Amino acid sequence: MSSTSEDVQEFVDKQYKHGFITDIETDTIGAGLSEDVIRVISKKKGEPEFMLEWRLKAYRRWLTMSEPTWAQVRFDPIDYQDIIYYSAPKSPGEGPKSLDDVDPKLLETYTKLGIPLLEQQMLAGIAVDAVFDSVSVVTTFKEKLAEAGVVFCPLSEAVHSHPELVKKYLGSVVPTGDNFFSTLNSAVFSDGSFVYIPKGVRCPMELSTYFRINEAKTGQFERTLIIAEEGSHVSYLEGCTAPMRDENQLHAAVVELVILDNAKIKYSTVQNWYPGDENGKGGIYNFVTKRALCAGINSKISWTQVETGSAITWKYPSCVLRGENSVGEFYSVALTNNYQQADTGTKMIHLGKNTRSTIISKGISAGHGENSYRGLVRIAKTAEGARNYTQCDSLLIGDTCAAHTFPYMEVGNPSAQVEHEATTSKISEDQLFYCQQRGITEEDAVSMIVNGFCKSVFKELPMEFAVEAGKLLSVSLEGAVG
Amino acid sequence: MLSIKDLHVSIDGKPILKGINLEVKAGEVHAIMGPNGSGKSTLSQLLAGRSGYTVDSGSVTYKDQDLLELAPEERSWEGVFLAFQYPVEIPGVNNTYLLRAGLNAIRKHRGEAEINAVDFLKLVREKAKLVELDESFLSRSVNQGFSGGEKKRNEIFQMAVLEPALAILDETDSGLDIDALRIVAEGINKLRNEDRAFILITHYQRLLDYIEPDFVHVLADGQIQRSGDKSLALELEREGYSWLDSDTGSETDAA
Repeated sequence: MSSTSEDVQEFVDKQYKHGFITDIETDTIGAGLSEDVIRVISKKKGEPEFMLEWRLKAYRRWLTMSEPTWAQVRFDPIDYQDIIYYSAPKSPGEGPKSLDDVDPKLLETYTKLGIPLLEQQMLAGIAVDAVFDSVSVVTTFKEKLAEAGVVFCPLSEAVHSHPELVKKYLGSVVPTGDNFFSTLNSAVFSDGSFVYIPKGVRCPMELSTYFRINEAKTGQFERTLIIAEEGSHVSYLEGCTAPMRDENQLHAAVVELVILDNAKIKYSTVQNWYPGDENGKGGIYNFVTKRALCAGINSKISWTQVETGSAITWKYPSCVLRGENSVGEFYSVALTNNYQQADTGTKMIHLGKNTRSTIISKGISAGHGENSYRGLVRIAKTAEGARNYTQCDSLLIGDTCAAHTFPYMEVGNPSAQVEHEATTSKISEDQLFYCQQRGITEEDAVSMIVNGFCKSVFKELPMEFAVEAGKLLSVSLEGAVG
Repeated sequence: MLSIKDLHVSIDGKPILKGINLEVKAGEVHAIMGPNGSGKSTLSQLLAGRSGYTVDSGSVTYKDQDLLELAPEERSWEGVFLAFQYPVEIPGVNNTYLLRAGLNAIRKHRGEAEINAVDFLKLVREKAKLVELDESFLSRSVNQGFSGGEKKRNEIFQMAVLEPALAILDETDSGLDIDALRIVAEGINKLRNEDRAFILITHYQRLLDYIEPDFVHVLADGQIQRSGDKSLALELEREGYSWLDSDTGSETDAA
């Protein structure tokens, strides 16, 4: 109603902030996928034979599979031969050993993204693994973590330094052949983070991985593996951004978590891939498989995700609750604005006795956004006394967006208790007017109401992430009203 | 402070206000009374800036500005406050958080620094006492789970914190029991001063037993039919609004 040119400028500036491109020399292979390409990737990483075999097996399996079509999303067919499967910033020798060896341009990129990698500048208490296109460029605080016995390194390094762990656990939670995208990932994955928390250790700092796609036409296929031994604890965060480009880019990641007796993993994601422009051009296809296996008794996994980016999100962080009394939690905020589409939720697979799970999902749709919650709660015959509570709320902004809920429940044990609550609401004009009457602008009012709606999820995030997530929502909602 | 001249307003082509004239000066308390459907709430919502109304003709001048040109939040920054008849619930948004954001926006507009958390807490505690609002309400979500009376008290509490120049109270007395009415009325009385004007929209005389108005206006059929001092309210209490029917009928004919 009263936008001055200053307001307009501010608005423009607030748009996707991470859309810049880093001009850096890369080692990139040609587009296309074949056994030869996989051999090249494996060779570039200097992998042991067992890894190459593992990849080829996955690739051959993938050739027999077809893209899933059951999700509530629409997109043009992906040409898998038109994707670059490996791109890495050029570095002398075998890759950086320390921060001093890292190309300053890369350090600058991460600083620009708000992730300073120089340890003295970093937030105290957070170690970062920075993944740029296909490779991990640096991992901070490695030595400090090593003192506690914690291994935090690129997966490509773990293949050499801890082959027995990689052999034992890689693919143990998400087997090769699990689904189309995870199988593709198994064949071509290039890097990712590896975390090992030894018995009884409470990880002395938060661990985080920051993913950045830079190169055009490149797919990012990272793989994360976290193993929490008996009685250990770790909190892990991940963030992601990408430049603004007109063509769609594929991100097909796999995350596997293994949690043994009395151990606990808290896994938080703030996903802010480039969402495409206001007409739905460009943006990342975020097709991700994340799964945690609560293998031990009293083990616990807590997933928290804030999904604001990507043109399409297809993601179901899941919990396999095998250990007795194990606990699975899923807290999610998914926002779709403009032409974004999200089909996201979780699977809670109760196998052990007295296993418990909680699902809190908050979907927000604005513009022409499509937002679907899809969740499965399966109580196996063996899951005596299992309990689940699901709460699934949708918030609509405007009248051109959509929200869908697809809850699936399979209860195989009569002693189980399963609860499901769902609501759909709109930000009402009454609410907006009330806030405005108290002096708050319409955009601030929307973000205040949306943040209020997401409160129960945000409180699960580590403090500094919660603040970021709130801001991110506001930015992502720019232009959603008025 | 506020000058309304020959204001005609319609909703979806249906005329609601048909030529309102009203002058409000700083320090004055105006009561606007009238039967249901007379346009009282339309007037209060319009002044606060709610969308959905068409101003067909006339003007509203507030502090030498065209009030109708301002966005709702800009009116708030300029000191216009509406105590809502039906305060809306906003789940998950903390009552004091909203209030602090509002207060800071107003202060920013006036070129003042943001209030810090400690001073703000002191301020809200002090103002909550004014309307005997329990401190637990400060940390609850906006109006969520409040009783009718609590919502109304919360409105007056917000008014006390924001310290408006022009306060419009839309049927703040409706739905209040006698104790709550007394508390709300006393809260309002404490906020009366020579710089602040009030427009009390009310259906009944009983609020005016506690708050003595300088002027009473009778709004019916979209026009102010009569204006007078507080004795007019008492007259209405005795005789009801039935006398209006014949009068307005003839006026409509005349128009």
